[in-house]
Amino acid sequence: MAVPGSHANRIADTFNPVATPAHMEKGIAILTIAICGVIFVIVAGLIVYAFVHYRVKRDEREFEEPPQIYGSNQIELAWTVIPILIVFVLIGVSARVIRAIQAHQPAPHSDPVYATVVGHQWWWEVHYPNLGITTANEIHVPVSHDGRHATFFTLESADVDHSFWVPQLSGKTDVIPNRNNFVWMDPSKAGVYIGQCAEYCGTQHAHMGLRVVAQPLPEFRKWAAAEAKPAVEDPSVAKDKAVFDSLACINCHTVRGTIAQGTFGPDLTHLMSRQTLGAGVLSNTPQHLRDWVNDPQKYKVGCKMPDMHLDDQQLTEVVAYLETLK
Amino acid sequence: MATSIDYPLPKPAPSPAEFSFSQALWKWVATVDAKRLGIMYTGTAFVFMLIGGCLAMVIRAQLMFPNSDVVGPDTYNRLFTMHGTTMIFFLAMPVISGLSNFLVPLMIGARDMVFPRLNAFGYWMFLCGGCLLYFSYIGGGGLGGAGSAPDAGWFAYAPLTELAYSRGPSSDYWALAIILGGFGSLATSINVIATCICARCPGMTLARMPMFVWTMLTTAWLIILAIPALTAAQFMLLLDRYLGANFFNTQNGGSAVLWQHFFWIFGHPEVYIVIFPAFATLSEVIPVFSRKPLFGKPAMVGAIVAIGFISLGVWAHHMFAVGLTPWSNTFFVASSMIIAVPTGVKIFNWTATMWGGKVRYSTAMLFCLAFLLQFLVAGLTGIMLAVAPFDWQLTDSYFVVAHFHYTLIGGTVFGVFAATYYWYPKAVGKMMSETLGKWHFWLMVIGFNLTFMPQHYLGIIGMPRRIYTYSPGRGWDLWNFWSSIGAYIQGIAVLLFVINIIKSGINGRPAGDDPWDAWTLEWSTTSPPPEYNFEKIPVVRSGRPLWDLKHPQDPDWKYE
Repeated sequence: MAVPGSHANRIADTFNPVATPAHMEKGIAILTIAICGVIFVIVAGLIVYAFVHYRVKRDEREFEEPPQIYGSNQIELAWTVIPILIVFVLIGVSARVIRAIQAHQPAPHSDPVYATVVGHQWWWEVHYPNLGITTANEIHVPVSHDGRHATFFTLESADVDHSFWVPQLSGKTDVIPNRNNFVWMDPSKAGVYIGQCAEYCGTQHAHMGLRVVAQPLPEFRKWAAAEAKPAVEDPSVAKDKAVFDSLACINCHTVRGTIAQGTFGPDLTHLMSRQTLGAGVLSNTPQHLRDWVNDPQKYKVGCKMPDMHLDDQQLTEVVAYLETLK
Repeated sequence: MATSIDYPLPKPAPSPAEFSFSQALWKWVATVDAKRLGIMYTGTAFVFMLIGGCLAMVIRAQLMFPNSDVVGPDTYNRLFTMHGTTMIFFLAMPVISGLSNFLVPLMIGARDMVFPRLNAFGYWMFLCGGCLLYFSYIGGGGLGGAGSAPDAGWFAYAPLTELAYSRGPSSDYWALAIILGGFGSLATSINVIATCICARCPGMTLARMPMFVWTMLTTAWLIILAIPALTAAQFMLLLDRYLGANFFNTQNGGSAVLWQHFFWIFGHPEVYIVIFPAFATLSEVIPVFSRKPLFGKPAMVGAIVAIGFISLGVWAHHMFAVGLTPWSNTFFVASSMIIAVPTGVKIFNWTATMWGGKVRYSTAMLFCLAFLLQFLVAGLTGIMLAVAPFDWQLTDSYFVVAHFHYTLIGGTVFGVFAATYYWYPKAVGKMMSETLGKWHFWLMVIGFNLTFMPQHYLGIIGMPRRIYTYSPGRGWDLWNFWSSIGAYIQGIAVLLFVINIIKSGINGRPAGDDPWDAWTLEWSTTSPPPEYNFEKIPVVRSGRPLWDLKHPQDPDWKYE
């Protein structure tokens, strides 16, 4: 099974950034690597040279000791002062970039998007408080060329520490219970960017996938409008809906506009608009949806959604209903 | 023989050949001799290294291919937790105690550590801790139930260790085992400090103490300053778990960040603590095999003390992603950068020691060379991690895994190998095989770099650490494969090392007192040294007393 979901840029390369924070981080990374690279070549060269050039020669192996040199204050001073100068450059540059990323505010007269991401064991809950949207594991953001439509996130945790990381967009920001953290991004190119939880958070830390869907502004607005609506009422699945509503599913999941109002698991109101199931474990196809509902533990051992032991009939009905949640 | 004395006469000591097994065992179990304790510490540490290494082999088997299920997620999480905990607390820490106990009294001309009983107490507590840690695999419903080995990672971030997320006793095993293990380190540290202050032989001024002893003395101070933070945090955790305190219990207003501060206030000095024995070893091995005194020894002493001080103020560079204010992040960038300066000074001085010398390629020296190059890599990737904005990308990724394995294996373990090849003849009285040693060295260098060099790149292309599996197609497959191959090569190398230790102990060439033509006091006594170390307490006039003896026309004390 390859990376689930279509169109995703599968290589989450920090050196292929598409948003300002990741760009700045790449810039300072290249400066640092260049400086360290030069230091490595010089110092490693000296070490190897000393080791090889001053090896004991066969004819002088015995008795004769080399001149005993105890040290030199001038040399000590030189190799103390030069590194100090180098690290001060790096400290200065770091200070500037830290402020530029951490203290960044929405530009005046801009039209930012605000979102709240809540880390759960082992999925991401996503709210857009101003747009009335709740979704999971896939974050839609507008493309923002001039910083006018940047997205600002508040990060919260429902349980343990997690870390929010989409390498091509922004470095990590930890997601910590009882604490609000902030991160922002302004993708300059439409696309799907893969990320995942980067702070060990328990059994299924490996499968706490995250994807950011960067869309041109009109598309984003269209998506937001559709997503803000309550669930589609499809009369052809009324019977299936009744089955769903009668099962324990509704204790954990919300389908807006119905009696399903649970908040422990992901909001299913527009489930079929998402690319993956189980925070990136399976791509969202009808067959996978059926497999997942049948036994989530088979695909994500230890996840908090239990095998509900639905019989075939119930499974078919529940999945038929879920498939209408476009 | 009939006498009128009715109390038992002391029996004449039997020669070693007359010892029965139980007598020999008793001699080890009941010993308070620092040298024996040193060998016990080191030997136990090597056993834990083999166990922790086996865990690493399973980890690499699981990650060799994408979507593999050699082990399940829970098992995997226990593996990396136990691996990290074992290698830090039950390999690196006891090795410090081992080297200090064996060498510090010998090097400063003392008969023993000044608190021998405390010393033995420390060892047995440490051993208890190690056994408790591994008992977790079978105790507490381990085998029958879901297993209770710790699974929260070696830094065990709260609230993952709180009752709500860690049911069963796994986190208790972790906390208690490490608290017990800490006794060994603390007992040794108290001993090293007191011994260095009180028990130096006549003429052994502080300035003449060998660099090894200076480094171990700094380590001892750091341990005494750092370990209490961890112990306090673990007691707070246990209070949370058993008495309803809420220090870290976020569900009741506790602070997850507080745990991180506590842990890293211990944890960052700790990473210097565990590299220092390697620093100490290099400062003895490089001069002897370059036939020159350590270059700039006062600067080296200054550097090690400076590293010790600054290392107490860099902890939050593990926490750049926590969302501290820009100012505090900048402070910790600065302190973490500045610590690179004295570290650099040390590397330069070791290089300058070889410069103009006559370098002999013994196995110990080869390990020192590899240390220098690999530790240089580790230091430079450390600079990269200290640049907070770059760190936001790198932290908690495989880049970090690569970085700290370059310090801990490429640095500490290579240093410990060098120490073993160098001092084994003194401890056992026999030479280790240089042929096997060279095989060990080359396989280790190749295996180590093959394992961890690709992991830098894995981190850069987005692979987080501590994931039990990954999907194919993310660019990680090939690098993980080679990394695993490298790990197995390292495994073979370590096996050769173990074989070498055993084989040389049985039929190694007799070492004599001073096989390396060295200059510090431990080489002036027999190999292995007698219980009382020296027949007569030596009197020294310089930092290299044996050089003075061997070169009466050109002694060191003329230049002091």
